[in-house]
Amino acid sequence: MVRKPTWPALLLGLIPFVALCFTVPLWDRIHPFVAGLPFNFFWLVLWILLTPLCLWGAYRFEKRADSEHPDGPQGRVR
Amino acid sequence: MSPSTTALLIILAIVGFGSWIGFRAGARRTMNLEQWTVAGRGFGVVLVWLLMAGEAYTTFSFLGASGWAYSRGGPALYILAYISLAYVASFFILPALWEVGRTRGLQTQSDFFEQRYGSKLLAGLVAVIGVVFIVPYLQLQLKGMGIIVEVASFGKIHRTPAMVIAGALVAGFVFTSGVRAVARVSIVKDLLLVAAAVVIGIAVPYHWFGGIGAMFKALARAHPAHLTMPGATRNMGHAWYISTVLLTGLGAYMWPHLIGSCFTAKSADTLRRNAIVMPLYTLALPFVFFAGFAAVLIVPGLKDGDLSLLTVVQKTFPPWFLGVVGGAGALTAMVPSAILILTAATLFAKNFYRPILAPSMSDDSVARLAKWASVVLMAVALFFTLTSGRTIVALLLLGYAGVSQFFPGVVLGLFWSRASRAGVFSGLVVGIVAVAFLILSGRDPFMGLNAGFAALLLNLVVTIVVSRLSGGAGNLSAQSAAV
Repeated sequence: MVRKPTWPALLLGLIPFVALCFTVPLWDRIHPFVAGLPFNFFWLVLWILLTPLCLWGAYRFEKRADSEHPDGPQGRVR
Repeated sequence: MSPSTTALLIILAIVGFGSWIGFRAGARRTMNLEQWTVAGRGFGVVLVWLLMAGEAYTTFSFLGASGWAYSRGGPALYILAYISLAYVASFFILPALWEVGRTRGLQTQSDFFEQRYGSKLLAGLVAVIGVVFIVPYLQLQLKGMGIIVEVASFGKIHRTPAMVIAGALVAGFVFTSGVRAVARVSIVKDLLLVAAAVVIGIAVPYHWFGGIGAMFKALARAHPAHLTMPGATRNMGHAWYISTVLLTGLGAYMWPHLIGSCFTAKSADTLRRNAIVMPLYTLALPFVFFAGFAAVLIVPGLKDGDLSLLTVVQKTFPPWFLGVVGGAGALTAMVPSAILILTAATLFAKNFYRPILAPSMSDDSVARLAKWASVVLMAVALFFTLTSGRTIVALLLLGYAGVSQFFPGVVLGLFWSRASRAGVFSGLVVGIVAVAFLILSGRDPFMGLNAGFAALLLNLVVTIVVSRLSGGAGNLSAQSAAV
């Protein structure tokens, strides 16, 4: 077994799933156009940009957990 | 020079240059299996990034995405969503998998199953399933290549000889150079492809409509239903979207070749940092969609949607540019094809043939068998491509339905100590049987859901229930962890 991901990191990773997947009935529409794009298209492009931010936050939690883990830096096999 | 000669010569030059880099990459190294498949486990951030990104931009994202934007409309948007989510999933799965790979010297996905569940039979089954579902993925690359040459030659060269030549080239450079060839050729093809996609995505709407916004406005007026789900389909609504995005987002890193490239990384941290920046790399994809949507108004009524991007390029640009796009597209098909047959051949020789049929085989003979298997696989994929009429995206979804069935075995295997050999074995068999039944009997989508996703749910339930009942028996990691 390896170290499990931390809860805050997993929650941050869940945000893009909610935004890009589960909420589709809320944003799958043409109007309003934003930046010349239909709304659903704009929404998806926006989240291509926001997903790295969520992962960067998750990265900080994972790094902290790594340094506190007794077996060293990278979630080693116990 | 006639337009088709110009276009074809440029394609030939680009493909020739890419292949030359590929052949050269491995020329001065002796190739044992470790070098051939995971390059001695020595790739840093940049090369891993190129290798994985190289696998993100395939014929699927280029011709397939625009093809579905053209023929299906709204449902094609699932492609913009799942790629980002695949990187999110990889952020959590790959570092853990890499760690196990390093400590146990794993080269393939099937090695992981053997180590974790202590069963050569399960590992052999995983190898065979992996090889089987790599075939449609390989098919779609070959189909793309055939289409490119056919359109670029203005119909003078039929797609059949084009596919045969390209297949032979790829098999050739994989045979001689292994995984190093793939990473090097990736650089050329990604530069060309991203540039081509952005130019096409901007220039086509400007040329015909005066802008991207104007193009979308015109499309929304002419075909208002095309831009949302279910678009031009009857059964690809929101339930289909959610289940397909989940299947492909979670299943993306279950592809045996992606797990293979994870093992080329120098550290687990490399993989995490990769996952953070990767979504940005997909920003060229929306431009590909612009071309597909524009094609709905510019060239309506194409029988094969996969032709839409190239047909629009042919109508909009001079022949030399069609040549550049065709060359980029051809390399885009060849690089992933190379890594796909490389992986499938290794899986076949190392995880199926030796352990099950010829236990006394030496490492050198396994390496030799893998090389010859890569040639045979290419021939098989060519045969199926010539006899099948599926769209590029449909082929990819078929592959995903299959490989996603590894998800419970990999993820529960990493993070849940009670996942057992019996559980994973029965889950996998049930999942694959369900996929085969639903797809072969034409029940996809199944009750509004992606058939592969329905099978994955079933698989997950069976894996968990049987694991609990069998109480973690046959669980090597748990045993060694207790020591």
